[in-house]
Amino acid sequence: MCGNIPQKVGKMILSAENIKKSYGGREILKGISLSIAKGELKVLIGPSGAGKSTLLQCLNFLVMPDEGDVWLEGKKVNHAKKRDLYAFRQQVGMIFQDFNLFDHLSALENVKIGLVRVRGMDKKAATERAMAELERVGLSNHADHYPAQLSGGQKQRVSIARALAMDPKVMLLDEPTSALDPELIGEVLAVVRDLVANGMTMIMATHQIGFSRAMADEIIFMENGLIVEQGPPLKILSNADCERTREFCSRVTDLYGEAERA
Amino acid sequence: MELLSFLQTEVFPALFKGFKVSLLLIVPSAVLGLCVGIVVGTARVYGNRTLSALANAFVTLFRGVPLVVQLFFWYFGLPYVGIYLSPVAASILGFSLCSGAYHSEYIRGALLSIKTGQMLAAQALGFSKMQMIVSVILPQAMRRALPGCGNEIIYLIKYSSLAYMITCIEMTGEAKVLASHSFRYTEVFLAVGACYLLIVSVASWVLQRVEDRFRIPGFEHRKV
Amino acid sequence: MHESIATVISALPYMLEGALVTIVVVLGAMLFGLALGVPLAVGQVYGGRVLKRLIGFYVWFFRGVPLLVLLFLFYFGFCNLVGLNLSAFAVAIIVLGLISSAYQSQIFRGAILSLPAGQFNAARALGMSDSRTILSIILPQALRLSIPGWSNEYSIVLKDSAVTFALGVAEIMARTHFVASRTYQHLPLYLAAGLIYLALTYFGIKGLRILEQKVRIHGYVR
Repeated sequence: MCGNIPQKVGKMILSAENIKKSYGGREILKGISLSIAKGELKVLIGPSGAGKSTLLQCLNFLVMPDEGDVWLEGKKVNHAKKRDLYAFRQQVGMIFQDFNLFDHLSALENVKIGLVRVRGMDKKAATERAMAELERVGLSNHADHYPAQLSGGQKQRVSIARALAMDPKVMLLDEPTSALDPELIGEVLAVVRDLVANGMTMIMATHQIGFSRAMADEIIFMENGLIVEQGPPLKILSNADCERTREFCSRVTDLYGEAERA
Repeated sequence: MELLSFLQTEVFPALFKGFKVSLLLIVPSAVLGLCVGIVVGTARVYGNRTLSALANAFVTLFRGVPLVVQLFFWYFGLPYVGIYLSPVAASILGFSLCSGAYHSEYIRGALLSIKTGQMLAAQALGFSKMQMIVSVILPQAMRRALPGCGNEIIYLIKYSSLAYMITCIEMTGEAKVLASHSFRYTEVFLAVGACYLLIVSVASWVLQRVEDRFRIPGFEHRKV
Repeated sequence: MHESIATVISALPYMLEGALVTIVVVLGAMLFGLALGVPLAVGQVYGGRVLKRLIGFYVWFFRGVPLLVLLFLFYFGFCNLVGLNLSAFAVAIIVLGLISSAYQSQIFRGAILSLPAGQFNAARALGMSDSRTILSIILPQALRLSIPGWSNEYSIVLKDSAVTFALGVAEIMARTHFVASRTYQHLPLYLAAGLIYLALTYFGIKGLRILEQKVRIHGYVR
């Protein structure tokens, strides 16, 4: 492992220490630590099977880590206590690769349901808030559409609106564009770019190298359940310390470099 | 002319009287059966090993044994252990358990068809388990189970005629009594057959309306 | 406890003879239903508008009227009306068969409709007549696809056959009730009857699965 910087838990929005996870004897995460400060965008890159997705799901306990702890704003999350766990998840927005919009609810209802059911907001206020979030992702005119009536890009934008409506302190994005046709990637990245500009704190797994180069504060390269190297985009992408990182980056730039501008 | 007056003065009053008893059997059995189906179907999918094994055994038993045998068991068999049920109570018990076993098949299938992503998304928003079941799982599962469960209710309407075999005089029973008194079997049984056709058709129409009412574009027809 | 086991054991041969009657009724009804159901399905798919309507009405009628009512209607009604002196046993097979034909026709119809249109076109291109195409090309495929639906139908007819007890057919249920009303051992006897039905369901479905494997065409996936 090269170039790993020790983390300070104190000032960070979200920190994780030594996260480990195995499935059926296979170690997917071999002890991952990371943390993110307010307003930062950290990008996770790495080959498929590196454990990026599992790591993100461990961060909000959709997957229970075997070992390790998570802090939100310096407070350790007690995930064994259900009330604390649910409260924590409300403050961490999650965007999935395959959107996971609730199939039986319209776009507006998808954004509203968390506000009404989890936050206990009254329906009128929730509708207003949800409309505002749909407006923000440019879909206020699709509010009545059901998931099956939306394109992939639109679905992902609704799911971002759904997460934003909960006023998350940090957002986890799990390859938000990889299930999309190339021509639809741009509209989702534009929304994410907008979030960065507004100071949202985010950890994002992606293969969009160009986007990462331009927007990320730090790129984290993962392989085989470990962080191999992390640092500013320019260093990681063009002047990495580790041989493996350089190899991966040049391959990915070749593969995905073109689709960026879309 | 004579046939018409026979229908008017004898057949219809008798059938109407029987119809009220049939309704008294069908409506509670449909409601209870659906409840049984939801509980058993949920236990089969989400229950621990023992619970789901028990639920599966229940379904095998109550789907595999003819309804007549079940009705006789409840009505003639239970007194053997000191429990005496009225014909109506025994019928409702038999219908509810049997149709519950069938309902549970559709509900199980519907629950299994819900993708894990739906539950992950709910958890990520901070839903508790209960909130997730109420706001995400049940609304989706019930929509997918509705066509099958509706069909089961149609079956229940027809099989409610078997209550007659354990001396519960409902519509078929009234028809049998009248027919054996008047010796006009063909007319009476054709009339009662027409009544069942009418009830079944009305029920299918209502169920179709209910399905349409809850239809979501692109939801039901997506095969998972 | 002892007494009830003894009763069941001594009644078992008598009840199993009833199982034989049940099997004959079920097989008879299924075959009768098959013989009627196939032409009904072909008519409903390829027939003209009037024929489709008529078959639609037939199916609607036999699927909508309860079995018990149909049994009474045929046994006490129609048979007397036309002066036909049929045994309860024959009426049971006919009525169960008519109902089953309505359900089986829908199984075959679904199977026929699931075949790709290219099958028909290819046969026509070879110069086959439409009836020859249906007999040699469509039905052999459709009937194979119908076997899973058939095993479902078998378990339904088997259970429905217990209702023919109302006409006095000496099948499992009738014999069980006969013994029970003499020995007052209702509970254990009905349990035993239930087990016999479960066994018949199990073996019947197993048999149909073996048939399905036997007539399977390699690599034929639908």
